[in-house]
Amino acid sequence: MSAAASRGSKPSKAKEAIVSTVERHTIAVLVDNEPGILARVVGLFSGRGYNIESLTVSETDAREHLSRITIVTRGTPMIIEQIKAQLDRLVPVHKVNDLTVGGPHVERELALIKVRGTGEKRVESLRIADIFRARAIDSTIDSFIFEMTGSLDKIDAFIKLMEPLGLIEVSRTGVVAIARGNQGL
Amino acid sequence: MAMKTTSAPTPDNTAAPAQDWTGSEIVLKALVEQGVDVIFGYPGGAVLPIYDALFQQNSIRHILVRQEGGAVHAAEGYARSTGKVGVVLVTSGPGATNAVTGLVDALMDSIPIVCLTGQVPTHLIGNDAFQEADTTGITRPCTKHNYLVKDITKLATTVHEAFHVARSGRPGPVVIDLPKDILVGRSPVYASPTGTARRSYNPRTEPDPRRIEEALDLMMKAKRPLFYGGGGIINSGPKASELYTQLVRATGFPSTLTLMGLGALPAADPLFLGMVGMHGTWESNHAMHDCDLMIAVGSRFDDRVTGKLTAFSPGSKKIHIDIDPSSINKNVRVDVPVVGDCGKVLAALLAGWKQRKAKADGKALAEWWKQIEQWRARDCLRYEKSDKIIKPQYALERLYALTKEREDVFITTEVGQHQMWAAQFYKFQKPNHWMTSGGLGTMGYGLPAAMGVQIAHPDALVIDVAGEASILMNIQELSTICQYRLPVKAFILNNQYMGMVRQWQELLHGGRYSESYMDSLPDFVKLAEAFHCVGLRATKPSEVDDVIKEMIKVKKPVVVDMVVDQAENCFPMIPSGAAHNEMLLGPADKQPKPAPKKPGGGPISEEGMVLV
Repeated sequence: MSAAASRGSKPSKAKEAIVSTVERHTIAVLVDNEPGILARVVGLFSGRGYNIESLTVSETDAREHLSRITIVTRGTPMIIEQIKAQLDRLVPVHKVNDLTVGGPHVERELALIKVRGTGEKRVESLRIADIFRARAIDSTIDSFIFEMTGSLDKIDAFIKLMEPLGLIEVSRTGVVAIARGNQGL
Repeated sequence: MAMKTTSAPTPDNTAAPAQDWTGSEIVLKALVEQGVDVIFGYPGGAVLPIYDALFQQNSIRHILVRQEGGAVHAAEGYARSTGKVGVVLVTSGPGATNAVTGLVDALMDSIPIVCLTGQVPTHLIGNDAFQEADTTGITRPCTKHNYLVKDITKLATTVHEAFHVARSGRPGPVVIDLPKDILVGRSPVYASPTGTARRSYNPRTEPDPRRIEEALDLMMKAKRPLFYGGGGIINSGPKASELYTQLVRATGFPSTLTLMGLGALPAADPLFLGMVGMHGTWESNHAMHDCDLMIAVGSRFDDRVTGKLTAFSPGSKKIHIDIDPSSINKNVRVDVPVVGDCGKVLAALLAGWKQRKAKADGKALAEWWKQIEQWRARDCLRYEKSDKIIKPQYALERLYALTKEREDVFITTEVGQHQMWAAQFYKFQKPNHWMTSGGLGTMGYGLPAAMGVQIAHPDALVIDVAGEASILMNIQELSTICQYRLPVKAFILNNQYMGMVRQWQELLHGGRYSESYMDSLPDFVKLAEAFHCVGLRATKPSEVDDVIKEMIKVKKPVVVDMVVDQAENCFPMIPSGAAHNEMLLGPADKQPKPAPKKPGGGPISEEGMVLV
C-alpha cells in the first residue's frame, strides 16, 4: 500500500536529484464543496502541465460542506512542491496533505470488472476471483461482474488475469487514500 | 457554499420586511462600505439594473470607458498608483470576454482588482442566451478567484469576500458574475464586511522567526551580497519600500530591482545598480551572476530576469522573501525561503540586523564594490548621440530631466522597446509612480492605465510613454480622456515599427522584417485634435525640449508624436537562452565584443531561438 512511498526517492535537497527523479505522490486535498471547485483543481493541473494519474472526489463532511479530493500525480520533487503550493493557493482549499511524504498511509481503489465466458474459462474466472477476494455482484449464464477493492497493483494483476478469460469492460474509481494512525487530516 | 454570513438569511418573505434592497442596491452598498469611490465600466443589457442604481446615488463615480479592456487597465493604473482595489463593471458575454486580457494582466502583476460582470438570468444560464458566456469558466484561470452569485442573500458577503481576496495575500483580480435576476431581485439581507473571513483562505503574512535568523546569518557572512527587489515590495505598500531602502542602506549591500520593483529604492541612491534582467544594466546582471548571496525580496525569478536557468547565478546562496509560497522554488532552488509579507519580513530583518549590531564583511564588501564600479564604468546605457535624428533614449533622458523636479510624476508605458527605455532612462525615486505591464506584456496597457492614474491623482503629471503600435491598441480611450478632461500625456516614440519585434527579427531572423513595419499610420497630431486633445510633434533633436515643455505646460490631454530613429535597438540585452554574463551591448560600446556562438551565426544560440 505504501508502494508509492517506497518507490520515490528520499526527499533530498541535493540539487542534482531535483533534475532527474520523477516521483509518484498521493495528495489529499480538503476543499469547500462549492460549484466549480473540481474545475479549479483540474484546470490547475492541465493549465500548468502537471500529470494526473488518478483523481477521486466526494463530499466527506456534509455539515461543513467539505469535499475530499485524492490526487495521484507524478513529477520531480520541485514539481510536486509546486503542485502542493499551487493547490494550497486556491481560495476554497482548506488543506493539502502529501500522504506520500506524510508517513505510512493506506491506498485503496474499487473496480468493477465484467468478464464474459462459458465452460472452463467461466469457472476459472470465478476461481481466480475467489483467490483475489473479488465478489461476483452480477451474473448471467455467460458473464460475471466482479467487484474488488484493493491496491492498484492487486487490481492491475486481477485484470491482467481476466484478459484471456473474456474481459469485457472495466470501471475503476481511482485511488482513495488515508494516513495510518490515530491522527486526522 | 461555505461563505459565512453574519446575519441569518430570512426565508420568510410573506410579512413585508422593515427594509429590503434590490441586488443592484446591495452591490453598491457593499462597494461603498469597501471604500470604493470610482468604478470603470461600460454598460450593457445584463448590468442595466446596476447602472440604474448608479444613476440614483452620488457616492460612487463611474468612468465610462470606450472598450472593456480599457476599463480593466484603467482600474489597474488606479490600483497601482493608490494601493487601493480597482473596480470594474462590465456587461455579460462580450463585456466579460473583452475584460479578460486585463484580468490576466492583473493576475500576472498581482494587481488588486474586483471586476463585476453581468450575466444572463440564472434560469437562462447554459442556454446559449443572448450575450451569454461562461464567464466564471473563462475567467477561472485568469483570476485569483471568481464567483457566480446565485442566491441574493449571499450577495453582500460575496462582494466583501471578493475585496478581501483581491487585496490580501498576493493581490490579484477577482470576478463576481451577477445574473440579472439577482440584480433586480429584492432581499432584506445585507451583511457588513466584518465577519466575512473565510476559513479556507488565510495567507501567511508573518515570517517564521527561524528563517529570519537564518537569513541574517547568511547576510553577515556574505562576501558578495546583492539585493534583488521586485514588485512585491511595491504591493506591500509604501512602508515596505521605506524599509527596503533602510535595510539596503544599513547593510551597504548593492541592490538591483526588477521592472516591477522600480521605485522601491530611490534610483538616485548609489547602492542602486539599475534594473536587472533581459534589458537590465551591465552591472546589475553581472552582479546577479557573480554574487555569493542573493536576497530576493518580492521578486519571482521570472524568465526575463534569470535568462538561462542552468547558468543563473551559479555560485550564490539565495534567500527568497515572498508572500506566495508557490513563487518559492518554482524556477530556482533557494536556500532560505521566507514566506511572508515583504513589509513585515523587511521590518524583522532590519530589527534583527540592528539588534545583532551586525556588520557586513567590510573588506570583502569593499572588494565587491570595486568590482561593481568597474562594471558600472562600462556605462552600458550609452548610446550614439545624433543632432539630426531623435534617439529614443535622448527623448526619454530629456523627459526625465524636464520633469524630475516635480514630485507628482506618474509614468505608465505600453509594451516594447519604449517600455524598456523608459525603465532604463526614467529614474524612479518613489514607489507607486511607475505602472507597466510586466508579466503579461500587454500592448495597449499604458493609455488606459494613465487614465486610471489621472482619475486617482487629478493634479498629477501622468505620462504614458508609448510606441505608435501599442497605443493604437487602445487609442479609443482618448475619447474617455477627453470626456473627463483628464490631462493625460501620451508620449509616443514613433519609429513606425513594432520596435521590439523588429529588433528580434534583426537579431534572430536575419533582418527579415516580417509584418513589423506599419504603413499608413495615422497623423498623430491630427488624431489628437480629432479627439479634442492637443497634438505636438518633434522630428529633430533641437525640438525635443520645446515639445516636452509645451506638453507639460498645456493643462489638457496631449499626444506627442516623437519621431525617432527607426533603427535604434534596445541595449544591453541578454539574448534568449543566454546567461547574465553573456550580455550584448549597443554600438556605442567600443570594447571588444564576444565572438558569435556559431560560425557566421548571430549572438543567439539555437536553444535560445525557441524561447520567447
